[in-house]
Amino acid sequence: MLDKTGVATPEQVKSRFPQPEQLLKPKAIIECYEDIPCNPCSTSCPFHAIEIGDDINNQPQLNVDLCTGCGICVTSCPGLAIMTAEIRNNLAIFKIPYEFLPYPEPNSIWNGVNRDGKVICDANIVKVLLTNKQDKTVLVTVSVDKKYLYDFVTVRNKNE
Amino acid sequence: MTNKELIIVGGGPAGLAAAYTAAQTGCHVLLIDRNPQMGGQLIKQTHKFFGSEKQFAKTRGLNIAKKLISDVETCSDRIEIICDATVVGLYADQVVNVLHNEKYYKYHFDALIIATGAGEKMLAFENNDLPGIYGAGAVQTLMNLYGVLPGQNIVMVGSGNIGLIVSYQLIQAGVHVKALLEAAPKIGGYKVHASKLRRLGVDILTQTTIQRAIGNGCVNQIETIELDDSWKPIKGTEKLIDVDAVCIAVGLSPLYQLLAMGGAELKYVPELGGMVPIVDGLHQTTINNIFVAGDVAGVEEASSAIVEGYLSGLAAAAKIGYQQPDYQKSIADYQQQLKNLRSGPFGAKIRAGLKKVEAKTNA
Ligand SMILES: Cc1cc2nc3c(=O)[nH]c(=O)nc-3n(C[C@H](O)[C@H](O)[C@H](O)COP(=O)(O)OP(=O)(O)OC[C@H]3O[C@@H](n4cnc5c(N)ncnc54)[C@H](O)[C@@H]3O)c2cc1C
Ligand code: SF4
Ligand code: SF4
Repeated sequence: MLDKTGVATPEQVKSRFPQPEQLLKPKAIIECYEDIPCNPCSTSCPFHAIEIGDDINNQPQLNVDLCTGCGICVTSCPGLAIMTAEIRNNLAIFKIPYEFLPYPEPNSIWNGVNRDGKVICDANIVKVLLTNKQDKTVLVTVSVDKKYLYDFVTVRNKNE
Repeated sequence: MTNKELIIVGGGPAGLAAAYTAAQTGCHVLLIDRNPQMGGQLIKQTHKFFGSEKQFAKTRGLNIAKKLISDVETCSDRIEIICDATVVGLYADQVVNVLHNEKYYKYHFDALIIATGAGEKMLAFENNDLPGIYGAGAVQTLMNLYGVLPGQNIVMVGSGNIGLIVSYQLIQAGVHVKALLEAAPKIGGYKVHASKLRRLGVDILTQTTIQRAIGNGCVNQIETIELDDSWKPIKGTEKLIDVDAVCIAVGLSPLYQLLAMGGAELKYVPELGGMVPIVDGLHQTTINNIFVAGDVAGVEEASSAIVEGYLSGLAAAAKIGYQQPDYQKSIADYQQQLKNLRSGPFGAKIRAGLKKVEAKTNA
């Protein structure tokens, strides 16, 4: 499916999530399912939580215990394949990369979109961060209903 | 006729990297590019590059070009640069002919590195010459260098990394990408780039191709058709899509023409994109003192082009008397880096292709 449509299967997606009890703190979700010659996720993590090893083609492996959910890898990954996820009460809170203008405004409601490009829910924009280091990729903190934990992937302007 | 120690043709990542390591040895370099500015493909790339952080991955392509250019500028006493200059001839007596400001200049060289990169392949279909049908490189030049949109509603043909990435850049610029067509049963490029598009709502249609373009004076519509497992069109699956532009991204092939003119031995290797020179482990062609680096030696990526550039720059300089004490070690290190970059499944094609062109190493 991923090979044909670009959409990962639900099983693939779930395999990248730690157990729900580990998501009481934010953790990186790395959706890089292929052996490609690439490593900025690993070299950018200040906590050495992402291991690729000597062969740059290996898929990144997350050490959940070392990951602080800081989100630095999220804006470093050229494939925009990483987000962080966290469960707080009945909300799923994500930090996602975003590279379109206009950037979302904090406290606004955007559409929540799934991996197939379909609008599935409302997404509350909590925070929008852009530092020089991020090099124009903004880090958007967004919350959605917890039931969309494994489905939500990005946001889209309501007017689009 | 002026004599130059080392002439490098092409100021893309490969040529810039080669100029840098060659100049580090003390060698004098003349770097020539036909574009108004150095940087090759990189100056059109607004996305963060995948690859190894060692070769500047996660930096946006245009900023990688800036870094490589500023490295070269640190050796400005040994590197002379001419832009807007096309090398149009390579002759047997170590002479190149350069067209610059409507005049021809001849230079004799001790060593030459050809780093001309690759050109785009075209696709045959009815009316493929209608205005509005572009190659991906043209779309990028218009959009990312000159700020001109190629159209409002576009269909991309080809799902390699270029097709995927240029589609993403088009959406960033506000263009509606109506579909991405791929004749093969699977997406050609990296799935991370495909997923990035799919979540933006772009339909990726595999086993589908463009049959013809329709329009009077410019393209207004295209007709697509599905392909069966033996790549034959399936009658009755034709569909019309309204567009005002079509972008063709079906691959690149090495710009080998200068090498052919000089008499280097070439071979047709589909895995590397077309005609490529036979080379040894130091990237020297079958002509003594003529080296190659980057996409001209086989279409790959900027990360490998940069390493090949570093390697051939050192090797060419050494060949004409500028050998560094740690030469063997540096060469071995670059060779290892190239091996690492090509070791994965995406490198399999490149590895198979390179096997066909590697002459015996005389290192
Ligand atoms: C859309 C797109 C996305 C890409 N993304 C990535 C990525 O994320 N990561 C990655 O590693 N790679 C990526 N690449 C690939 C990368 O850009 C190329 O592999 C790399 O630029 C090749 O470098 P090069 O120096 O061999 O050739 P080029 O960059 O093509 O440079 C060749 C230069 O030679 C000059 N030239 C040619 N003929 C002559 C002549 N006769 N006389 C004078 N000058 C001449 C040209 O003007 C040009 O400047 C991407 C490419 C494209 C198109
Ligand atoms: S979120 Fe922070 S700590 Fe976790 S893997 Fe990414 S960079 Fe490392
Ligand atoms: S940086 Fe992104 S695309 Fe590259 S290996 Fe890491 S997760 Fe995959």
